[in-house]
Amino acid sequence: MGVDIKIEHLTKSFGKQLIWNDVTLTMPAGEICVMLGPSGTGKSVLLKTLIGLLKPDRGSVIIEGTDIANCSEKDLYEVRKLFGVLFQDGAMFGSMNLFDNVAFPLREHTRKSESEIKKIVLEKMDLVGLIGAEYKLPGEISGGMRKRAGLARALVLDPEILLIDEPDSGLDPVRTSFINQLFVDLNAQIEATFMIVTHDIHSVRVVPDQIGLLYHKHLAMFGPREMLLSSDEPVVRQFLNAQTVGPIGMSEEKDADQLAAEKDMDLPPLPPIPLQLETSNGIPRKSQRPPGEWCRLNGVTPPPGSFRADSILAANASSKGEV
Amino acid sequence: MTAVTASRALAPIGSAGKLFAFALDVARGLFRRPFQTREFFQQAWFIASVTIVPTALVAIPFGAVIALQVGGLIAQFGAQSFTGSASVLAVVREAGPIATSLLIAGAGGSAIAADLGARKIREELDAMMVLGIDPIQRLVVPRVLACMLVAVFLNGLVSVVGVAGGYVFNVILQHGTPGAYLSSFTALAQLPDLWQGMVKALVFGLIAAIVASYMGMNAGGGPKGVGDAVNISVVVTFMLLFVVNFVMSALYIQLVPPKTG
Repeated sequence: MGVDIKIEHLTKSFGKQLIWNDVTLTMPAGEICVMLGPSGTGKSVLLKTLIGLLKPDRGSVIIEGTDIANCSEKDLYEVRKLFGVLFQDGAMFGSMNLFDNVAFPLREHTRKSESEIKKIVLEKMDLVGLIGAEYKLPGEISGGMRKRAGLARALVLDPEILLIDEPDSGLDPVRTSFINQLFVDLNAQIEATFMIVTHDIHSVRVVPDQIGLLYHKHLAMFGPREMLLSSDEPVVRQFLNAQTVGPIGMSEEKDADQLAAEKDMDLPPLPPIPLQLETSNGIPRKSQRPPGEWCRLNGVTPPPGSFRADSILAANASSKGEV
Repeated sequence: MTAVTASRALAPIGSAGKLFAFALDVARGLFRRPFQTREFFQQAWFIASVTIVPTALVAIPFGAVIALQVGGLIAQFGAQSFTGSASVLAVVREAGPIATSLLIAGAGGSAIAADLGARKIREELDAMMVLGIDPIQRLVVPRVLACMLVAVFLNGLVSVVGVAGGYVFNVILQHGTPGAYLSSFTALAQLPDLWQGMVKALVFGLIAAIVASYMGMNAGGGPKGVGDAVNISVVVTFMLLFVVNFVMSALYIQLVPPKTG
């Protein structure tokens, strides 16, 4: 279960404005990947390119042997059946109630009977905690509920790849933690490849197997979680630790004066790497690696205090303190 | 620099080309099964409900104005007995399709553009495509067909209400005789006049729905983008419909000989 996504030399611009250039990465099958980046670096554009809603200028996106960026419309509709996508605002169909929204893909693509559909829909709605709201219209519920309903709809066809656009925007911290736990449990259960686009540093530190960072029109880094969390690369370090000192400024990049002024400032020490979020039943996910494995294999010394059960809290406190 | 000027100058051609390509996509979607019967009836009902009353209210003064103008003119020539005929000719041939186009573009088209535009910015259309559904086949084709159907009916409504309005004004205000008004109906007007009115309405419905759908589906940049899309769609539709109306009238006059005697 789960398929890998190979992105090669992907370039996209709108008119004269370059969005990103020469993005190359492979998302391994069944792993949770998170794509990060300052606002406006084209994370959502990348996500839409992955499902063929936008055509890149150059490059290819290969999923199960099909190049999504250059295939026929017929193949594209075929490949899309592997995907479940959660859009930023849930993208529920406004004219249908939540039940019909979640049942929509089943009614369109399968020949299941109405009672089977009902069973599956209720099961998915239970999973995201929306039982009791089945017959409400999307306009009558809160943004967070719409998002969870969108997740239920993305899940009904048991996708091989789940693309999630900013799951935490508009959710309170508790719900964000719940939805993170849900992603981890889902990954263990359906073993799909997850690609999450987000800003939430706390989630990024504990949820994914792989992290990517888009910055200044290119992919700054992509690799295992521990590699990025222990990285000394200024951009990665600044972003993952939510600091003001570093190359990223309020408006995309800092100018030379600002950088010169910061030259002598010491970067605060790297916070300890927290343990990865476990599944709620404690059985490790297939793609989960033992804590510290990457650091050991690559001879990197993790920041002091890493991989301890209390380091999640420590990381939390330190990132709060620095903001 | 020259490249910039050239691309600016050619931009309208590009937009026209995209609109045309969209129309071809719709034509292709027309033959794809399953046909969305429910959506078609819902949309037809919706468009009819937003256009019927305004159309009737526009048609009454339209018929009355024609009766007043033509009636006054014709009285000077001493041919009052032909007032009914001239009024029918003007209403059925021109006023009917024109009033229809105004209402279809202004009320029906703007509603379609606003609806699809809102779906576009809420990413509903993207979600639909990702779920393997073509929004052109699912949403646009039923709207285009519904708009065409309603346009034909509206044209009939305008013709009836306009002629009746003309009758009231001619008989009550201009002291024409009811008999002369009614009996001169067929003196100049002929059956092809009705057909061309219906064909015009059909084409107007098609253009209005396609332009509105195209603008709605390409709305961007948040709620303001939807407002802009509605605005542009109404303006573009008006311009297109008046040009097409002129061309079709000119063709009709060339192709169908006027009735004599």
